[in-house]
Amino acid sequence: MRGAWGHGLRTVGDTTLSIVGRIGAVVLFLGQILRHSGTSFRRFGLVIREVYFAGVQSLIIILVSGLFVGMVLGLQGFETLQSYGSSESVGVLVALSLMRELGPVVSALLFASRAGSAITAEIGLMKATEQLSAMEMMAVNPLARVVAPRFWGGVISLPLLAVLFAAMGILGGFLVTVVMLGVDSGAFWSQMQAAVDFHHDILNGVIKSLVFGVAVSAIATFEGYEAPPTAEGVSGATTRTVVSSSLAILALDLLLTAFMMKGWN
Amino acid sequence: MIHQVEIRDLNFGYGEQLVLKGINLTVPKGSLVAIMGLSGCGKTTLLRLMGGQLLARQGSVCVAGQELNHMNEAQLYAMRRQVGVLFQFGALFTDLSVFDNVAFQMREHTRLPESMIRDLTLMKLNGVGLRGVQSLMPAELSGGMARRVAMARATALDPALILYDEPFTGLDPISLGAIGRLIRQLNDALGATSVLVTHDVQESMKIVDYIYFVSDGVIVAQGTPEEIHASALPFVHQFVWGEADGPLPFHYPGPTLRMDFGDERGQA
Repeated sequence: MRGAWGHGLRTVGDTTLSIVGRIGAVVLFLGQILRHSGTSFRRFGLVIREVYFAGVQSLIIILVSGLFVGMVLGLQGFETLQSYGSSESVGVLVALSLMRELGPVVSALLFASRAGSAITAEIGLMKATEQLSAMEMMAVNPLARVVAPRFWGGVISLPLLAVLFAAMGILGGFLVTVVMLGVDSGAFWSQMQAAVDFHHDILNGVIKSLVFGVAVSAIATFEGYEAPPTAEGVSGATTRTVVSSSLAILALDLLLTAFMMKGWN
Repeated sequence: MIHQVEIRDLNFGYGEQLVLKGINLTVPKGSLVAIMGLSGCGKTTLLRLMGGQLLARQGSVCVAGQELNHMNEAQLYAMRRQVGVLFQFGALFTDLSVFDNVAFQMREHTRLPESMIRDLTLMKLNGVGLRGVQSLMPAELSGGMARRVAMARATALDPALILYDEPFTGLDPISLGAIGRLIRQLNDALGATSVLVTHDVQESMKIVDYIYFVSDGVIVAQGTPEEIHASALPFVHQFVWGEADGPLPFHYPGPTLRMDFGDERGQA
């Protein structure tokens, strides 16, 4: 019995140490990226290219998801609010939910699975086919030329995608509640305008998505750069990117929400 | 004699396992030297040590008179600008066209105008006979063509030292001969020094000036191609003539056949 407890305790300890070690490695890697980011800013075209691959090519999934999430929010909100006789407030519910939480979180989760995994696979394959080694032997640092532009591409793209997600969600909520269910259009927009605060709701949402962008991009580039140079290694790295990024997004969301509710001081 | 590469009493290993033991090797300026040995004998590791991708555990590796172990990152990168490397499967950048692959170093390390980069790139591609594929992507090339493009890229900045890692692997006989000739021509035309890691004896004997044989982490034989051809050393003889029997075992050490196919006590 004691043996089984000891074994279980050791497993928990090993896993915890491994997770903490991994987080430390990602943070150190982030430091390396920042140290080698000069090239990305001097040659901003490299970052723009990555904004296209990570951001523009994620637009469809973000916009369509945003529309559906907004529609579902509208439906659920309308049904609940109607029983209290305040169905006109559904616009507020949709907007606040999307701007404070769902916009940053869902778009970050979608971004991690679509663009994050692609970044990991691309860097991992470049490593497996010795492209990164070749670059190093040409006296070009892969951290500066390959990793940093992809990192900054992700950091820039995610807040923009989150804003678009929220905008599409509000449109979806409008279509369902106003066009289909007959909520008054004026009440929908005016109550939303009155309740949504630029700093507290919109800016905080953007800050959240910026933090998620840093986390997802750092994890995706780290996993690709550290992936074992085999097919199995790259496949495992892409899976780890999605899992670790998703957990990181949810944990960071809790922390950020707590800080934002306290007003940062 | 001036040496482009000089290795003294080199020891290197991965973890506990020592891969190279007491290697002494020199590559004179302007020469084309081959390092031969069976797969897994430490040839590629030796090449990576010359390029500074790995650092010696003991001993010294000097390139152009500079000790690699004592260099910081900036010095190492400065040294690498003088070195061209051909990787085993080319390692072309798959997201760039053939032209952009060859122009890559010029764009990264020089401030040449784009028109001049274009001319130089086309000249490099012409040198390997592939000016006509400049707009293709690496995935559209055959193995031999990719290797030639990689050679054009490796020599883009006219390096003083060119390192070739298994340049003949997986090539058809025509491409093999063409690559062999190109390696010799590029070395002579650029006035460079080249180190060739290979296990293709016949092809390399035609082009190299000197050969080192590595086995089990040590240099077991060396000499000019003529000396190697005439060598009576059992290892060299077996390797050069591709004989199954000799000092190099075909089978990796393991349990006896009787133990694997018979019962546990070794009784068939």
